[in-house]
Amino acid sequence: MKQNMRADSVLFIRSLCKSFGGIKATDDVSLSVCRGGIHAVIGPNGAGKTTLIAQLSGQIRPDSGDIEFDGRSILRAGMAQRARAGLARSFQITSVFREMTILENAMLGVQGAQGHSYRFWAPVHQDQDLADIAMDHLMTVGLHHRSGRIVSSISHGEQRQLEVAMALAMQPKMLLLDEPMAGMGKEETFRMIEILSSVGAEKTILMVEHDMDAVFSLADQLSVMVNGRVIATDSVAKIRSNPEVQKSYLGGSCAKD
Amino acid sequence: MAKPSGTRSVKVYLGMLFLLGIAPLLFQWTNQPFLLDLLSRGLIIGIAALSLNLILGYGGMISLGHVAYLGIGAYCVGIPAYYDIYDGWIHLSLAVVTCALFALITGAVSLRTKGVYFIMITMAFSQMIYFIFLSLEEYGADDGLVIYARSEFPVWINMEGAISMYYWIFGLLILTLFFIHRLVRSRFGRVIIGSKYNDLRMQSLGFNTYGYRLTCYVISAVICGLAGVLLGNFTSFISPEMMSWTRSGELIFMVIIGGTGSLFGPLFGALSFLFLEEALSLITIYWHLIFGGLLIALVLFGKGGIDAWLSKLDK
Repeated sequence: MKQNMRADSVLFIRSLCKSFGGIKATDDVSLSVCRGGIHAVIGPNGAGKTTLIAQLSGQIRPDSGDIEFDGRSILRAGMAQRARAGLARSFQITSVFREMTILENAMLGVQGAQGHSYRFWAPVHQDQDLADIAMDHLMTVGLHHRSGRIVSSISHGEQRQLEVAMALAMQPKMLLLDEPMAGMGKEETFRMIEILSSVGAEKTILMVEHDMDAVFSLADQLSVMVNGRVIATDSVAKIRSNPEVQKSYLGGSCAKD
Repeated sequence: MAKPSGTRSVKVYLGMLFLLGIAPLLFQWTNQPFLLDLLSRGLIIGIAALSLNLILGYGGMISLGHVAYLGIGAYCVGIPAYYDIYDGWIHLSLAVVTCALFALITGAVSLRTKGVYFIMITMAFSQMIYFIFLSLEEYGADDGLVIYARSEFPVWINMEGAISMYYWIFGLLILTLFFIHRLVRSRFGRVIIGSKYNDLRMQSLGFNTYGYRLTCYVISAVICGLAGVLLGNFTSFISPEMMSWTRSGELIFMVIIGGTGSLFGPLFGALSFLFLEEALSLITIYWHLIFGGLLIALVLFGKGGIDAWLSKLDK
């Protein structure tokens, strides 16, 4: 059974541990993300969700444990290498290039996926190939009609959408989304749910999210993290009725539904 | 993104280049050899400032040791000349190779650090070079080295006269401007600019930014080294003093008052810096005081530098 699950998974995390001083930010975390699904990680603030994402993307090195992506251990690979291997990340704190246009941002993502950039002469803005691919991904998130706008002049919600488009532009095998709905209003959250469910139909997604409505309407699988540990991983329906999860995280809010 | 200087102020820039192009003729007509001398120096330092701007303005790498490459370039003329080797191609290739190597080694170490640490470590490396030349008795140590003749090139490259020397400097300036103009708009340039704004994000997009930044650092050093070759030829006297870290500070000043991350800004900065220095020192011996005050005012109130003001004029 376990072997079977592993064969079917894109990302396989085994006994991952990371401590900062005396605090165990990641405490023996094992997870397996199935190909093609949307897997959400929920948990209270400080549960270690972002630290987990940072270890998966290569920003932080774990103390012990292993991460297998697409059948190979990526533990020794750096951030850039993991990204090129097809593991694209979006950030909790919006990390788009505010000084550039929407299109230029998306083009950077495409450029990152297209091999080396030691090309010193041809101007990027005349690179139609790059722009066309970037436009496709902007269309996915609905920003194609505003592609010429400078990013600092667009709304927070649109910047979050661009963040997703940049990750998509890298044509990854899997997306790591760190709170894609962070700081969004109702309307914007609704729009993002639409976007992610269409993206999720084609790509594997591992997302960390606080917004329960979003999680429950998007995710196939749910993992609950508390104090650096994964206390439960199961389907959405089963997690919602799991008494231990309700006690430690969901509180009474679920009982009312 | 660094604003595309090709659109708004293109007339100002072309006018500026035109003026620089005819300046020697005007100076000759009015019999002002001193001004030609000052302008030649200004353009050489301008090229050095342009090269610094490539890493500082576009790449966000604040190096407080950039004049080391100016010095290395000049000594690559001076030391062979000391042994009666005047072949210009030898001087040039020596300068390119030495600057590239030194930049590769020191850059590989420096670029492991960020911010203040990068500033300090680049300064430390340039002080190393400074003290090495200061202790080389054979090449004059702190007394400096006199270069008795200019680099020899095939007949069609004649650097003997003051005016032809000026036009070779002017030529390298145009080349440098065009090269940087293309470079910062290329794929490579996008990576460099992107990593200035958010290096982590660039890595997460699959760019191994360290390699790109190191390459940029080496390119910048080589351009500065070429300016050094011109400087060695131009001044015919070189000394370790030109590599002291305060000189690097001046170079940073020129870039900032001219406009960081703009193509022409550092050239404007270098020219105004040198002319102001010269003009003020004619007025009073306490000119440093006024000069310092002016620089502070420029940095405080001159947002975006001279280049930004010119763009406003052009609107």
